[in-house]
Amino acid sequence: MPDLRAMTEPDFDALALGAWIMGTGGGGDPYHSLLEMKKLYAGGRRVSLMDPLDLDDEQLVAAVGQMGAPLVIQEKMTDANLIAETVRMMERHLSRSFSAIALWEIGGNNSFQPFLGAALLGLPVVDADAMGRAFPQADMNTFAICDLAPAPWTMVDIRRNSIIFTEAEDWYWMERMTRKACTVFGSVAATCKSPRTGREIKECSILHTVSKAIRIGRLVQEARARHEDPIAALLASEGGVRLFQGKVRDIYRRTTEGYLRGTADIEGLGEDRGASFTLDFQNEFVIGRRDGAIAATVPDLLCVLDSVSGDALGTETLRYGQRVTVVALPAPALLVSEKGLRHVGPRAFGYDVDFRSVFAAAAQ
Amino acid sequence: MRRTDAGRPMRRIGIDVGGTNTDAALLEGDHVVHSVKTPTTRDVTSGITRALSEILAGSGASAEGIGAVMIGTTHFTNAVVQRRDLIPVAAVRIGLPAAATLEPFIDWPADLARLVRGRIFLLRGGHEVDGRPIVPFDRAAMREAARGIRASALGSVGITSVFSPLNPTCEEEAAAILREECPDVAVTLSHSLGRIGLLARENVTLLNACLVDLARRTTRAFTAALAESGIRAPLYLTQNDGTVMLAEYAESFPVYSFASGPTNSMRGAAFLSGLSDAIVIDVGGTTTDIGCLRQGFPREANNVIHVGGVRTLFRMPDLLSLGLGGGTLVDTHDPTVRTALARIYAMIEEGVDRMKSDASELPLIAVGGGAFLIPHRVPGISKVVSVPHQTVANAVGAAIAQVSGEVDQIFTDLNRDDAIAAARRLAETRAASAGANPATLEVVEVEDLPLAYLPGNSLRVRVRVVGDIADLR
Repeated sequence: MPDLRAMTEPDFDALALGAWIMGTGGGGDPYHSLLEMKKLYAGGRRVSLMDPLDLDDEQLVAAVGQMGAPLVIQEKMTDANLIAETVRMMERHLSRSFSAIALWEIGGNNSFQPFLGAALLGLPVVDADAMGRAFPQADMNTFAICDLAPAPWTMVDIRRNSIIFTEAEDWYWMERMTRKACTVFGSVAATCKSPRTGREIKECSILHTVSKAIRIGRLVQEARARHEDPIAALLASEGGVRLFQGKVRDIYRRTTEGYLRGTADIEGLGEDRGASFTLDFQNEFVIGRRDGAIAATVPDLLCVLDSVSGDALGTETLRYGQRVTVVALPAPALLVSEKGLRHVGPRAFGYDVDFRSVFAAAAQ
Repeated sequence: MRRTDAGRPMRRIGIDVGGTNTDAALLEGDHVVHSVKTPTTRDVTSGITRALSEILAGSGASAEGIGAVMIGTTHFTNAVVQRRDLIPVAAVRIGLPAAATLEPFIDWPADLARLVRGRIFLLRGGHEVDGRPIVPFDRAAMREAARGIRASALGSVGITSVFSPLNPTCEEEAAAILREECPDVAVTLSHSLGRIGLLARENVTLLNACLVDLARRTTRAFTAALAESGIRAPLYLTQNDGTVMLAEYAESFPVYSFASGPTNSMRGAAFLSGLSDAIVIDVGGTTTDIGCLRQGFPREANNVIHVGGVRTLFRMPDLLSLGLGGGTLVDTHDPTVRTALARIYAMIEEGVDRMKSDASELPLIAVGGGAFLIPHRVPGISKVVSVPHQTVANAVGAAIAQVSGEVDQIFTDLNRDDAIAAARRLAETRAASAGANPATLEVVEVEDLPLAYLPGNSLRVRVRVVGDIADLR
């Protein structure tokens, strides 16, 4: 019997804080999901966290998440029943049962969807995800990097309209088809991604990212309680780098091809006075430039934090005048591999530059 | 500068009704003619009547010569914080099968929710982000709810529909049904108050709903005080953002006045000192607020604001409140007092440092009844500025307030420029109906936010315009 860790309400508080930071500007604020989780706990539901290394190779694991615009989720909220329904739908389609639920995306609101579904289904949640952060497109994930099959997917909306995508030529086609369906559903849908075996999870996901998000959330909480700088605590614990501090001078956003793209321009304060920093984003922060020279790119995690509280700020919530600190956290090894960079490096986002890790110098 | 038809600058009176004192200032154009400080009375009206009669007598101004009266009050915030004068409300949410999991009041402090949570109705309806109905609005269920509200004898209702800032028709239809079934019930519609973000908008709507009775009584007490003083000028209430709203409009939206006290102090400090970038410290009777002025307006808080423990998305000044008041008389030679003073200075130093956004030195403007407590030198501060009328800076801030109009809405199938222009026209209409002189309106904020993952041009546009008060006499 594998060891299971019982998730507590304080764990979820820390998860919400940490996962929002790991969302690198995207993924949506987990606040509503956190409330729903607490409501399920108040009703007696419980969820356990499972170490992925305890999975048997042949066990079947569901990876779930919400797809859609974070702003829409702010109005229509989340619903544990829908996530659970995508999993049941997949089980009916496969005529097999799942042993556990894994995360699709640790960054932002999707860190909670597996827990919400698992609370109703009575399954454990595997401490692993397919991004190690948040990414805007369905083809930007570790299963795609490892050439695992993109289909089948199930998708359910609030009216219980549902679709099974049984085949897709590749991950890019899966992204196109599901994005279209999601828009028809009202720009948010619950999804169960292509099922994975225990072995695939162990070899092709980012391991222990739930623990990492909880750890990050907790150290920010503890630093605040001690009246210390939560950002300094985050960087010390996670081997991160402070790239810039300043205040938001301009934010330019536009929608192209169904994504939120744009640029945030930050004016330096303190030791960065006189300098400026710009961040391009496609839902998440993609590339950061200091005085025009590239300072950091995906897949390194570019996070914009409230300079005082250490809270993450999203690409949709950044506002003029906010005092922010830009930090970089190291990307998981799978993402910075040659194959990984083809899916999630700067070129996958349309930038004709090579990935040069912020942490390359530190590693040498 | 505003001028009356007689060619003289408009005379206006700013009043701040605090928990301890009612302060008043009479301004003519940009000149402070006179100011007074009187105790706040339990009935509010007599305190204001006294302040008005003292300021008219002291300045020699005639009641007929007053062009406008602006009142700022902490009454509504205090009511929420102290859990008093609130009425139980019915919460109607329209959006099923969406927004079904987290019921109204879910993230409220338990004691406050117990006090105001009347009945909850979740109905089918609401809209998608692209404007389509989620499902048809269940009017029959709304009529049932209206009859239930009438049977429960609840006096106020807050109605929130999914994506109502984009399409308010469900909320409007629900209000029409309520008018038919229970015409005496006060109705607050979420789209008239809040932004995208259902739970926070609903929270603001419900806070407003539980305050409407107090707001109506308070506003009418203000109006009565004016009438008693022989002043026939229009009455305005000051808002969180340093602007004002006509009282008859403001009495329906008490939540807009939540942070008006500190905002008025900071605006008054900017006006009296002539400084636009500074730290302001307002030492009141029981608390001290520290804020940061940027371009003459209070710097706003970055994130979510909690009012009495309720999560909202208001535009509020970023304030640091210290439990430090100037309302106690002490002997400064007493060693205990000297230790206390040292501690006070340390608190002020730390507070000032926390509110500064960088290491450069800024001036510090000291205002409020306890401004004398502020030392002449504070680390990180270029100079400590004291200004004339500093003890009534809040009343001065109320007197110089402007009128604003704001729009935060999603526009589809318009290009960016057209969407912003449409939002601006709507904001200008709102400002004018709130009492602004249309000729003086200017845009102070434009923000556009294309909606991620949506096809075509879906743009969320926020525009805020401000202008001088129209001379309505």
